[in-house]
Amino acid sequence: MFFLFAVVPMVGVAYLSLTSWDGLSSPQFIGLDNWRRLVGDDLVRQSLVVTLVLLAGNILVQAPISILIGVWSAGFQRNRAILTAIFFAPLLLSTAACAIMWRQLLDPNFGVPSKAQWLLPDDILGNQTSALIAIITVTSWQFIPFHSLLYQAGARAIPEVLYQAAEIDGAGRVRQFIHITLPQLRNTIVTSTTFMIVGGLTVFDGVLVLTNGGPGTDTSILPFRMYQTAFRAYDMGYASAIALLLLILATAVSILLVRLSGYDKMQSTLEGL
Amino acid sequence: MNRRPNFVAGMLAAVWLAIIAAPLYAVTVTAARPASEYITSGPLGSPTDLTFENFKIVLDGGFSHYVFNTTFVALVTVLIVLALAVPVSYFVVRGRGAMATQTFRLFLVGLAIPAQAVIIPVYLLINKMGLYDSYWAIILPTAAFSLPVSVLVLTTGMREVPGELYEAMALDGASTTRAFYLLAVPLSRGSIMTVTVFTALNAWNGFLFPLILTQSEDVRVVTLGLYDFIGQYSSNIPALLAAVLLSAVPILALYLVARKALVRGLAGTGGK
Repeated sequence: MFFLFAVVPMVGVAYLSLTSWDGLSSPQFIGLDNWRRLVGDDLVRQSLVVTLVLLAGNILVQAPISILIGVWSAGFQRNRAILTAIFFAPLLLSTAACAIMWRQLLDPNFGVPSKAQWLLPDDILGNQTSALIAIITVTSWQFIPFHSLLYQAGARAIPEVLYQAAEIDGAGRVRQFIHITLPQLRNTIVTSTTFMIVGGLTVFDGVLVLTNGGPGTDTSILPFRMYQTAFRAYDMGYASAIALLLLILATAVSILLVRLSGYDKMQSTLEGL
Repeated sequence: MNRRPNFVAGMLAAVWLAIIAAPLYAVTVTAARPASEYITSGPLGSPTDLTFENFKIVLDGGFSHYVFNTTFVALVTVLIVLALAVPVSYFVVRGRGAMATQTFRLFLVGLAIPAQAVIIPVYLLINKMGLYDSYWAIILPTAAFSLPVSVLVLTTGMREVPGELYEAMALDGASTTRAFYLLAVPLSRGSIMTVTVFTALNAWNGFLFPLILTQSEDVRVVTLGLYDFIGQYSSNIPALLAAVLLSAVPILALYLVARKALVRGLAGTGGK
C-alpha cells in the first residue's frame, strides 16, 4: 500500500510533469514545456526563496531552543517535570487549530494588536517580512515541544559516567554541555533536523490558515503554490513539475544531511566507552 | 550530575513558560467569554462573565460529528498500519538476504517524501478508484504515509528482542508464524503502542488529504471543520476559539492514557 500511495505517485508525478492536464480530460504529452516554463517563472522563484527563508528561519530558531529545553527537561527535578508538562502543551493542538488560534491573536482589528499596540504592531500579517516572522514564530511555538521531546529522550540516554568523569577533571557546566552533551546528541540532532526540513518544506496548512499565501503572493511557499496551481487553477501538469521540484529539494537536503553527519554509517555514540 | 541549582536555566525556563502559556491562557479565557464582550475588550481583557455558551454553540454546529469522523478515520488508519507494519518489520528484522534490506531501504526513502509532492497522482488514483469524498480517501493515503515511521520504530523495537529467544523457540519446534505471535509481538508491545499513538496523531492532525480528497460535510474531519469555522464564526471569535480548544480534548485524553508509550517510542526513533 505504501508502494501504491507513495512510490507509484512519485513516478506518476514525474510523468505528469511532462504533460498538460486540466484534471478532467486525459493528460496531453508536451515534453519539457512545463520545465521550460518553470525555469522562467518569477512566482515559482519567489516561492522557492520564501520556502528556503522559512526553512532556514525555522531551523535556526527551533534547533537551539529545542536542544536547550530538551536537555533542561531531561533533568529529573520535580519542578522541571511539572514545567515540562506545560511546555509540551502545544503538542495537543493540530496545525490547523494552532494556526487559527494565532491568527485570531494577531488579528489587527480584534486581536492583541488592537488592544496593546506596545506589545504587537498592527497588521503583522500584512507585509512580507513580519508575515514571515509570524509564520516562523507560530511554527516554532507549535513544533519546539516535539523536538524538545526528542532531545529529552536523547539527553537521558547519555551515560552518566561521562559527566562524572568531566566533573573529576574540573569541567564546568558550559564545558560539559559543549564537549559531552552536544557530541552525544549527534544522532538526535540529525533526526530532529530531518524532521524540521521535511516539516519546514511542507508547512502547508499553517500558511493556508495563517496568511493564505499573502499578502499577495508574499508567503506562498512551494507546496502552497503547487496547491493553487493544481486545485485552484487546475493546471495539473505544471503543478506536477512544481511538486517534483519540491520532491527533489526534500530528498537532496535529506541526503546531504545524512552524508554530512555520517548517519548512514549508523555510528554509535557509545564508541570508545 | 551537577546538583547546584542552575539559575540561568531557571530564568530562561520562566521566559519560555510565558511564551507557551500566555497564548494558551488568552485563548482559553476568550473562548469562555460572550462574543459581544470580546469585540470591546479583545483577547487580553480581564475574564469576567465567564460562560460555556460558546462551547455549546460549537458542539451544536456539527462539531461532534466531525469528531466522530476523525475518530473513525484515526481508528481504521491505526488498524491498517498495525496490520501491515508489524509483519513487515518482523520480516525486515528476522528475514535473511537482500529482500529484507531492500524493503527497509524503501521505507527509509519514504521518510523523506513529502505528501504534498505526490498529492496530484494520489488525487488521480483516489478518483480512479472511485473513492473520492469517502472515508477511504482519507484513510488509505494517511495510512500509507504513516508506514515509514512505523516500520522504523517497530524494527528498532524488534531488534532488541534477543536472537537466542528465537533459537530457543525454533529448537522447541515452533514455526516462524508462532514465533511471530508468541515472541516478537508481545516483546515489542512498547513499540506497537508508540506506533498506535503516532499514527492516531497523524490521522488526527491530517489536513492535506481531507482538504483535497473530500468535500462533503458527511465525511468532514475536525481539522477541516475548524478551517470552515473561520468563515462561519467570523463574527463570533470566542466560539471559533472554543472549537480550537475542543479539538484538543481527545488528544489530551490519549496523551494521559499513553504518555509513557509516546515518550518511549520517541526515544526509540530519536535517541539512537
